Amino acid sequence: MATAGNFDTRAATPFLTSRGHSGWLGLTYAQHGDDWVELELPWREDLLGEEGRKVLASGPILSLMDMASGLAIWKAMDAFQPIATLDLRVDYVRPARERASVFGRSQCYRVTRSAAFVRGLAHDGDPGDPVAHIQGVFMKIAVDGRSTGHG
Amino acid sequence: MVDERHSLAALTPYARSLGIEVAHWEGDVPVLKVEFSDSVQGRPGAYHGGATGGLLETAGYAALRAELLRAGRDAVMKPINITVQYLAAGKVQASHARGRVTKLGRRSANITVEAWQDDPARPIATAVMNVLMAERESAD
Repeated sequence: MATAGNFDTRAATPFLTSRGHSGWLGLTYAQHGDDWVELELPWREDLLGEEGRKVLASGPILSLMDMASGLAIWKAMDAFQPIATLDLRVDYVRPARERASVFGRSQCYRVTRSAAFVRGLAHDGDPGDPVAHIQGVFMKIAVDGRSTGHG
Repeated sequence: MVDERHSLAALTPYARSLGIEVAHWEGDVPVLKVEFSDSVQGRPGAYHGGATGGLLETAGYAALRAELLRAGRDAVMKPINITVQYLAAGKVQASHARGRVTKLGRRSANITVEAWQDDPARPIATAVMNVLMAERESAD
């Protein structure tokens, strides 16, 4: 498990994604860099966006990118501290392929005293041909519990 | 008023799996609801941003589907984009969401959505969505 000042992405991800909404989606660690994290959202019959088409719904991709962004922020800060989504935009540039896992890669490109800024993409095997692009802002939650962000 | 079976058809397998249901109708607009459970939880005691976003998106599609049915249209709805604003933490209780079709065009629609818990006048999150509509015959 991560400790402040040394966020071990590979070790922390299974713990952080095994429960709650991420656990329900089945998100798993894929890879990471200094300021980015990539998670895998496995294809699953009950996560489809439309009856009869074997394509993942857009909702789980939003969740995938939200979670990858949170991990990217902890990686960039090199610390595990409470954060909340303030604003998240997803552009769905094409449908994912049938029965394909979707990978969500988010980069935290800027951390300020109170906010963290992310951008990223979702792909189904080739990062050069994304299915979605994202941009977002997260707020750090103060120790006294106050915050302006709440996702 | 739209028939109830249409309200069920408007929900995707993903939405039903997450526990989202049509709670009731306000005139022509479906109001969606999800109970708090581990499936929607982010940090302990709060909704995950992705789950709140999924509820908003589903309510947006449901509002558009209802509007299309009233217009006698049937189309495959494809997401173009969504922007979610998180306003307050989603607490350990049910959440509701309702969409409004701001602009219904021939090929695309613009939808605004609000989610709330106790009071519809105090939303916990809002979203703006653009959705592409392809006639079902020409769907790929």
